[in-house]
Amino acid sequence: MSEIKFSTEAESLIQNILKRYPNDRKKSVLIPALHIAQAEFDGWLSVPVMDKVAEMLELKPIEVYEVASFYTMFNLNPVGKCVIEVCRTSSCWLRGANDIVAYIEKKLNIKNGETTKDGKFTLRTVECLGSCGTAPMLQIGEKFHENLTFEKVDEILNTHQNLEKHCTYLDATTFRKN
Amino acid sequence: MGRKILLEHINVPGINSYDVYRSKGGYASVEKAIKTMKPEDITEEVKKSGLRGRGGAGFPTGMKWSFLAKPEGKPRYLVCNADESEPGTFKDRYLMEHIPHILIEGMITSSYALGVNTAYIYIRGEYFYLVRILEKAIAEAYANGWLGKNILGSDFNLDLYVHPGAGAYICGEETALLESLEGKRGNPRIKPPFPAVAGLYGCPTVVNNVETIATVGPIVNMGGDEYAKIGVGRSTGTKLISASGHIKKPGVYEIEMGVTVEDFIYSDEYCGGILNDKKLKAVVAGGSSVPILPAHLILNTANGEKRLMTYESLSDGGFATGTMLGSGGFIVMDESTNIVKNLFTFTRFYRHESCGQCSPCREGTAWMEKILAKILGGKGEEKDVDLLWDVQRRIEGNTICPLGDAAAWPVASAIRHFRNEFEDFVRNPANQQDIKYYFHCNNIDSAAAYSSI
Ligand SMILES: Cc1cc2nc3c(=O)[nH]c(=O)nc-3n(C[C@H](O)[C@H](O)[C@H](O)COP(=O)(O)O)c2cc1C
Ligand code: FES
Repeated sequence: MSEIKFSTEAESLIQNILKRYPNDRKKSVLIPALHIAQAEFDGWLSVPVMDKVAEMLELKPIEVYEVASFYTMFNLNPVGKCVIEVCRTSSCWLRGANDIVAYIEKKLNIKNGETTKDGKFTLRTVECLGSCGTAPMLQIGEKFHENLTFEKVDEILNTHQNLEKHCTYLDATTFRKN
Repeated sequence: MGRKILLEHINVPGINSYDVYRSKGGYASVEKAIKTMKPEDITEEVKKSGLRGRGGAGFPTGMKWSFLAKPEGKPRYLVCNADESEPGTFKDRYLMEHIPHILIEGMITSSYALGVNTAYIYIRGEYFYLVRILEKAIAEAYANGWLGKNILGSDFNLDLYVHPGAGAYICGEETALLESLEGKRGNPRIKPPFPAVAGLYGCPTVVNNVETIATVGPIVNMGGDEYAKIGVGRSTGTKLISASGHIKKPGVYEIEMGVTVEDFIYSDEYCGGILNDKKLKAVVAGGSSVPILPAHLILNTANGEKRLMTYESLSDGGFATGTMLGSGGFIVMDESTNIVKNLFTFTRFYRHESCGQCSPCREGTAWMEKILAKILGGKGEEKDVDLLWDVQRRIEGNTICPLGDAAAWPVASAIRHFRNEFEDFVRNPANQQDIKYYFHCNNIDSAAAYSSI
């Protein structure tokens, strides 16, 4: 079988969330479980990781692949430690999102969609994140950075320079214990 | 100052915590409901209130509740739609961040009304920081006896859970949401059966928006008749409007239905006027899906009456000269805005978010994006504008869910009201600095993923 191993913390997190659904509806935990897996394994879902999730939840691997490939937040390729997601939809565009993207591209010397050679940053544009009133904005992990200026972007890039771990959307304290 | 129902206590320090919320009369509707009302009385009050779904479609909530099937031996579910992904809309986020307990209170009172013992809040994955906030608030509600077994000593039990999505606008469509909650791709289901008969896990289910559910508490407290006194005609009560774009004070405003659009844009109580005192050019009044209107038609109807922030007034004139209240995502554009470029951001959005089930939507959104990219890239021809019109016309009404319509309407309305701008663009391709981002940045490279299997 695969050598992928979840930490006991991550496993118990999944078990805890599993209790939220009827006994015969375990598949409901798939999306939360994939989020936990992505946070656990360097911010992306490799095939062995997805296979492991399938095994844990008693699903066929294809049931996991088809879900992982549908949702934007799941990465099927390696990403940098810090994934910068800049909103590019109307309200943000009206307030200068393109300039923010161009600025970050220049600072990091990468194009939208790319990862820096040192693996520190990935830059990508995303669709409306519900922050239109505080545009332009970007998201890193679970955190929203709003009302962006170039100075703010500089600061954000600085504070995310030397991360030990990948920025994640959730951690062990996001969900309460049932 | 207009009357505030949902945001009455928004400025009270600590209102996001249980203790402060409770001290301001929080959870009173649960007490009133369980101790003094039968479940069907609550549905009756909601009917009287005239409350209409705040997620976008404006369907009467009381009527929706009365359709809920009640077969013996099957559980019923209440699912709160916190997917909030319609561009321009951020009011649910605001409510959940600042007054999470108002949603939880509404979920409990509504569940009691519907005979529901397990309820879920389906929230878009990008809002994980809100999952944290809601989980904390739910834990407080359990600790204080508002959730769990035998609530207030009655025989009513309720468990409430938060369930995160993972980035998909389509999961805001209620049947796609239910698919997603079942751990599947967010492909909308063919209706009927409606969720009221066969929803989550094949059981009768009510899906309501965050704001709709949050309003149930105040309605139970004040009575449906009292709530219905606020507003104009069939647009009763208050509505949260997410205001963004070229205005002095973007943000979430609670308005009494019936405020004039002009007041909403220009008065200091709301948007405070156009940024840098420029001229108003156009407004998308109800989230990206609704028709865009030029300044003269958003401020006044075609008959010259002042347009009001109500379901009826905004749709006055149909799609020829009107629009829709939708989700209340109010995007304002000043005179400098290039309508074609703005449209491109919407069309790219719908192409990205189409689930791919129906050919007219999957192919049509991609085709429209391509035509617009061609125009923006300076390679457009006059016949492309007609082609664009033709493609959008063939999407509308030909898909399982309304995402296809939602993608077509912005295109149709932009051409209807601003055709000259498309033609100008084609004739003298303008400054094109914004177009380089049209290339897909799809973080899902499925081909690469599957080639490694
Ligand atoms: C493509 C699409 C996206 C939608 N997104 C949302 C959403 O993010 N939030 C929401 O409450 N309703 C959304 N809706 C509407 C829901 O299908 C449904 O009508 C609503 O949740 C019902 O709740 P309400 O009656 O309280 O408004 C969407 C509909 C479509 C077709
Ligand atoms: S348009 Fe960028 S957050 Fe809504």
